[in-house]
Amino acid sequence: MAVRISIRTAHYDVEGQMAQQSTPPQWSTGKSPLRHGDVPFRAGTVALASAVVLLVFAVAWMLYTSSQEARTAFGWDLLFGSTWNPVETELNPVSFGGWPAVRGTLLSALIALIIAAPLAVAIGIYLAELCPPVLRTPLSFLVELLAAVPSVIYGVWGVFVFVPFFSSAVAEPLSATVGAIVPWFAGPIATGRGLIVTGIILALMILPTIASLTRDVLRLVPNTQREAMLAIGATRWETIWLAVIPYSRAGIIGAIMLGLGRALGETMAATMLVGNTQRISESLFAPATTAASLVANELTNSVSSLHESALISVAFALFGITLFLNFGARLLIWFVERNTRGGRS
Amino acid sequence: MRTFNYRRRKLVDQLMRGLSALATGCAVIPLIAIIGYVLTIGSGAMSWSFFTDVYQPPSNAPEPTADAPEVAYDPNDPFANLTVEPVGDPTGSTEDVTNVYNAAPRGGVLHGILGTLTIAGIGLLFALPIGIFAGIYLSEFRNERFATIVRFCCDVLSGSPSIVAGVTIYVLVVLQTQQFSAVAGSMALAILMIPIVTRTTEEMLKLVPETMREAARGLGAPTWYSTFTVVLPAALPGIVTGVMLAFARGAGETAPLILTVLGSNIISTDIFKPMAALPLLTYRYTESPYPGENTQAWGAAFVLMMLVLLMNILVRVATRKSGGNSR
Repeated sequence: MAVRISIRTAHYDVEGQMAQQSTPPQWSTGKSPLRHGDVPFRAGTVALASAVVLLVFAVAWMLYTSSQEARTAFGWDLLFGSTWNPVETELNPVSFGGWPAVRGTLLSALIALIIAAPLAVAIGIYLAELCPPVLRTPLSFLVELLAAVPSVIYGVWGVFVFVPFFSSAVAEPLSATVGAIVPWFAGPIATGRGLIVTGIILALMILPTIASLTRDVLRLVPNTQREAMLAIGATRWETIWLAVIPYSRAGIIGAIMLGLGRALGETMAATMLVGNTQRISESLFAPATTAASLVANELTNSVSSLHESALISVAFALFGITLFLNFGARLLIWFVERNTRGGRS
Repeated sequence: MRTFNYRRRKLVDQLMRGLSALATGCAVIPLIAIIGYVLTIGSGAMSWSFFTDVYQPPSNAPEPTADAPEVAYDPNDPFANLTVEPVGDPTGSTEDVTNVYNAAPRGGVLHGILGTLTIAGIGLLFALPIGIFAGIYLSEFRNERFATIVRFCCDVLSGSPSIVAGVTIYVLVVLQTQQFSAVAGSMALAILMIPIVTRTTEEMLKLVPETMREAARGLGAPTWYSTFTVVLPAALPGIVTGVMLAFARGAGETAPLILTVLGSNIISTDIFKPMAALPLLTYRYTESPYPGENTQAWGAAFVLMMLVLLMNILVRVATRKSGGNSR
């Protein structure tokens, strides 16, 4: 039988799940009576471990209190108001409406997700299921390496290579033809920096994250699932599509959510590529701004405590959204792992 | 009918397998292109002075000699030469201004390299005790309820945007002390490093076979003694790996540094003052109007990428070996 009874042996991965194949004996779980010296040892580790918890609370508390001033003054207008004007002029009063930034963040992350999610899941499938063994290690290695490239380097590449290429090869012809009818693609293309370029670079950045997590989740699927499918005569693709993917669906969605979280919070590549303007423009080619780049650009130059507080509330919103996404994603991945362990034993 | 069905299924199979291989190819190409561009253009900016010199304003002026020394900057003022206008030919015609604009790249990024190593190094000092002890707690007392909370908080920290760490330290440290400083940057980086160190320590300690703990316990060692003399040494290579990964992550971060370290043009040794860092230089040179500085942006990106990638490659090679031995 041509079934690959595979070499899927215990294998260290990102989450280190394979480490736990044998149930640990009870004495190591802290339930046994602690011997001399163990009480201070446990207290010490607990103290430093609670520093991690404290840190999260410190971040949340700081963001909450420092954004109080702006939140009481503007309320939900901080996120949905359309004018961001930190300096009072004769024509415009001071106003902090973060909608341009929120809209830019959501749109660029959405573009990134639309491009990256299907590609990354396909890469994950290829790496976990289809890839010839010779290629598997170098490709996985490459994907993990790319996840480590600093975001500022994606920004440099985007500014000097991708933006000139994209505006002459795609944006200009597209805005000259389709742009007349569809306002999303309308010109003019001034610097070439804008939401769509940001979205594409963000897609490149989150690809490795989603792909390696998807691969890890697919690897957790027990081989019995594949073997059962192959034994009743399914093709490789049917095995993947009807047995492997349904089994790990929650985990794949979790991986995509983590990718989305990274795209929403990404700062440097967005700051360098989005154009940083508070004007809302229909066109995806026009400069815009994102929440993270707004904070990075203005916080150190804030003109008043209200301005600072408004920027911190934008960061607070960003923290809240990514917290929520991470929580959901971890829950989904944890769900898959728990099920997988059940299936294995 | 069956044959038709079989043929269709086989076709779908091959089509989808081909498509996923194609997707992998499509995605890997731009990613390789990024590395390739940085390596080729960046290595073009390399010269001896790139690694030994600090920032020099764009200029076509002849190199300073003993008769006409260059303007001396106050070494205690990190912004001293920020305000110096680009110096053209003394005749001051418009043509010379263009010449300055097209001036060849001068100076280097030594201050950035030293700054990055300092800031990330101090960040690691902050992150190590918390990260390693939290990791020990998560591994040795893994079934406690509090461990789940700590694990979740680690995930929150590693998932939250790096700018949030920057904002936190900006408010808590920079605004309180009224001073941008390298230490503040280190603290911001420590927030990003702690979850990495914690989780790798935890995973590495879990990889240590239970039999080793049992043996230590059988000889009468309490948990703390077996942890420090048996478990930790066995997992040390893995923990070092995690520490190096955390260092690489910290060295590449830009956003928190913008809010905390600010940057500098000279080699600064005072960690309570602003300091230069490679990612900050990369960012500033990219946004610079001078083509010479844009070239240096590629150079700085090259050095940064080498630092981060070499560390990662080292780590992967090391883990693969030790992983093979332990099983």
